[in-house]
Order: sequence, then structure tokens, then C-alpha cells
Amino acid sequence: MNTKQKTAGEKSDTLIKAIIYIVLCMLAVAIIIPVAWVFMASVKQNSEFYGNPFTLPQGIHLQNFVDAWTKARMGDYFMTSVMVTAVALAILLLVALPAAYVLSRYKFFGSKLINGGFMAGLFINVNYIVVPIFLMFVSGDRILNNLFGHSFFLNNPFVVSVVLASTTLPFTIYLLSGYLATLPKDYEEAAYVDGAGYFTTMVRIILPMAKPSIITVILFEFLAYWNEYIISMTMLTDPNGARTLPVGLLNLMKAQNAKAEYGQMYAGLVLVMVPTLILYMCVQKKLTQGMTLGGLKG
Amino acid sequence: MQKNKARSRFIVACVAPATILAFIFLVIPTFNVFRMSLFRWGGYSPNQQFVGLDNFITLMKDENFFRSCRNSILLIVLVTAVTLFFSLLFASILTREKLKGQNFFRVIFYIPNILSVVVISAIFSAIYDANNGLLNSILGLFRGDKDPIYWMGDQKLVIYSLAIAMVWQAIGYYMVMYMASMSSIPESLYESANLEGASRITQFFSITLPLIWTNIRTTLTFFIISNINMSFLFVKAMTNGGPDGATEVFLSYMYKQAYTNSTYGYGMAIGVVVFTFSFALAAIVNKVTKRDPLEF
Repeated sequence: MNTKQKTAGEKSDTLIKAIIYIVLCMLAVAIIIPVAWVFMASVKQNSEFYGNPFTLPQGIHLQNFVDAWTKARMGDYFMTSVMVTAVALAILLLVALPAAYVLSRYKFFGSKLINGGFMAGLFINVNYIVVPIFLMFVSGDRILNNLFGHSFFLNNPFVVSVVLASTTLPFTIYLLSGYLATLPKDYEEAAYVDGAGYFTTMVRIILPMAKPSIITVILFEFLAYWNEYIISMTMLTDPNGARTLPVGLLNLMKAQNAKAEYGQMYAGLVLVMVPTLILYMCVQKKLTQGMTLGGLKG
Repeated sequence: MQKNKARSRFIVACVAPATILAFIFLVIPTFNVFRMSLFRWGGYSPNQQFVGLDNFITLMKDENFFRSCRNSILLIVLVTAVTLFFSLLFASILTREKLKGQNFFRVIFYIPNILSVVVISAIFSAIYDANNGLLNSILGLFRGDKDPIYWMGDQKLVIYSLAIAMVWQAIGYYMVMYMASMSSIPESLYESANLEGASRITQFFSITLPLIWTNIRTTLTFFIISNINMSFLFVKAMTNGGPDGATEVFLSYMYKQAYTNSTYGYGMAIGVVVFTFSFALAAIVNKVTKRDPLEF
């Protein structure tokens, strides 16, 4: 074990090591304390918010969560967020997987152009185009209103899902085709010899092999959709209508100064954070497991 | 022939939905940004008046726009420099040193990256609160009961308060990126440097830094583009440009003009200028930092 051999200078390194640990712990504390503080604040009573912020809560005041869920409509927002995220992920995978497969493994008329187009799409950020998309929906709704008497595009969580999925297509296709392009061509040839059609080959043979990259896409885009608020804030304008959790929270934060409902607000924050934190912790475990498994095989 | 037809049908069925969606929600809106920048338009009314480059001429005389430029550029430079320093420092500590709890630190440092900007804004609002905030109550131990510091209310301070929140969010992400490229540097290089008695700092500057330079260059482009976007998200959630325009940045000013003020054409002109600026800056930085790639 060459790396574990003690070199001569290592003893004088103790001081440096100590400093390194202190620096690491400082950053860790700077991250843990604020996040943990939100959890602590979410079980405090409103009267406890005046005075020293570091005092421990007098009791576990779970009423905050009940109030946030019902009075501040966080329950509705939570469900909307779950729906928007799930539908957007479903649309994304349904649309992006076949496209990435064909674009990375087939040559056809216009394939270069479409590939280049999606690459260029990587540079379009949604913050620039959110206003034109909004205006497109405004005029679309005006036309629908004249024809059928009710609107469709604005204040519709399903439309938000479609927009979210569409605007993340370039990145997803880029990620998936990068992986799909590395699979050997032999798989398809073997499938054709066995008489499988194009569609069967894709669904039965190729997609199962692309599982690792699909999981990456799901994790990454779940976080992006769950935490997103610019699109949903712009597209869901009705104050009494559907809202995603981050947008609902943002409104609560703005109203917070007037009403001083701190407890509800921090309970709402916990509701947004917990799913992402749980997912993150699970993925951490999976990652280390995958690494040890790969090590055993190698 | 039959097979060819089936192949074409399959290709179209697979590619068409993605292409159509991307066309409707990416291509047309992007085209509209450029087209609308040449019009005067209130948005809700259908009458659009072609005004040529008028919007851009007004923009060049707009004091508020220049203020948002200054803020944006300050944030780009400051946040990039500080984040780069800390993420490189922590990445090299976590890859180079043999420490207990390495994995623990890596997991913790990445947490801010998975939180919504709305959550981070709420956290920092609680930290910066003038009367019952976490920061002032810690500082109160040293400063006594003087006037509280208005982290979010002071026009001179607020942009730095914002920058700290952005750095807090970004360190973990870039650290993980640098760790990936640092861990591919062969151990033997450091072993021979150790034998020759090179200090940690020398090792960092003469081995680590040159060998991950390509990666740093790529992330600099990332930094520019993501700073413009992230500063918008943070401003929108934390300050909404206030107090009195002290934290207005590129895209928040665009959004305000286009969406809140309903001067869409003018807002889109800002969008065009910012879009061009970000690409020009990225190209310049890319050119300036060009070195011959080193191999190991």
C-alpha cells in the first residue's frame, strides 16, 4: 500500500489538517444550520418568532402544518405540483426517448438539420422566452373565447406541464442520445434477423439498456420541475386558481409581512423541501451502492 | 420497398412530436423575441406598430437599464470569482486530502443545489432579517445593541447580500464538477511532487490547476450564462428589484418592462441586448483563457 505510507513531512501536517477540518466544518455548518433552522421554525408558534431566533421551540406546534395545508391552501398547491411534475415527466419521456433514439442511431433526410436544431436549443434559456410564450397563450385564449366561449391555455396546469417538458427537450435529447449512441449496432441487427419490427426493437431491446441514462434524466428533471417557478408564476395567473407549491409559497412570503403568519410559511417551506431532500438522500445511497457493485465486478 | 416505407413511418412517428413541440415552444418564441423588439406593443391590444430600432435607441438612454447592467455585471464578476475560489478550494481538499467523513461533506455541500430558489430566498430572508434575523443576532453578540444592520434594506448592502446567497447556492455544484476532473489526475504526479518537497499550494498551482484548465474554461461560460439566469430567479423571489431598483438585474428589468409594465416590445429589445451580451462575453472569456491543453 504505497499511498498509505507515511512520508516524513506528515507529522508537521497535523496543524494544516486541523485547519482543513475547521474550514470544512464551517461550510457544512453554514449549510446545515439555515436548513435545519427552517425545520425548527416550522414547529414554532407565531409568538415565538419575536426575539432570539436561535431559541428552541417551546413545543412541537404541528398546527402550523394543518393551517398551511388547509388555510394557506398548501394542500392544493402540493397536489398541483405533484400533478404538474408527474405529467411533465411523462410527456418528456414519451416524446424525448423515441426522438433521441432515432436521432442518435438513424440517418435520414434532414437528420443533420434536426440534430443541429436541438443542439442550438440548448442555448435558449426559458427566462428569455417566457413572455412570448405567455403572449402566445393570451392570443390563443382570445381566439378560443370568441369561438367557444371559454379559454384553455392560461391557468391550466396541464399546459404548464407541456411547456416545462417542451423547454427541457433539447437538454434531455442531448443527454439521452449521448448515451444511446454508445450502444453497439449489433443489437438492432440481431433483432431484425429475429424478425422484430422497428418499434419492438426500440421498446424491447434498446430502451431497457438505456435505463441508467433514463434514471439520470428523471432525477434531474424532477428537481427542475418541482423547484421551477418562473413559468408557473407566469402561466397560472388566477389568484384563486391552481398554483404550484413554489408559487404559492412566494405569495405567502410576500403577504407574510402584513399578516405575520411565520409558522405557516415555514411549514410550507418544509413541504417543498422534504420531497427533494428525501430523493437526494435515496440517490446518494443508490450511487454508493452502484459504485461498490461495479467495484466487485471489476 | 415495403421495408423502406415502414422505416420512414417509424422515423417520422418518433421524431415528429419532439420537433413539433420544440418548434412551438422554443423556435417560435425565440423568433418572436427578436421580431417584437422592433415593434411598439401594449400586449393585450392587437395593434402592433412597427418602430424599427426605436426601442433600442430608447434603451441606450435608459438610466434604469444601465443600473441593471451595472448590477448584473457586478454579480457576474463577484459571484464567479468567489464561487470559483471556494469550489476549487473545497474540491481539491476533498480529492487530495485523506480525511474522515469525506463523503459526508460532499453530500452536505451539494444540498443547496437541490433546493428551490424560493426556499433559498426564504432562508436568506430569515437570515438577513434586520430585527430577528439569524445574522444580526449572531453579530449582536459582538456588536452589542447598536442599530441593526439592514442587509436587505440598505441600498448599498443589498446587492452583496444577494451575491452571498448566490454563492451559497452555487459552491456545491461547481465543486462536484471540479472534483470529477481532479480525481482523474494520476496520483503518481502528486507522489513525485511530494518526494521533491513541494507544498500543497505549489502542487495545486503547478499540477492541479493546469491539468483541469479545460474544465475551468467550460465552467466559466456556465458561470456567465447561469449567473444571468440565477440572478433573475433570486431577485424575483427575494427583492423584486428593490429597494428602489438597487438590485434590478438584466432579466428582472426585462420581465418588469414586458410583463408588469406591458411594454412588450421594449422588454424584448432588452432581451435581445442581454442575449447578445451574454454570448459576446462568453466568447471573449473563452478566447482570453485559451491555453494549449496539457495532457497527463
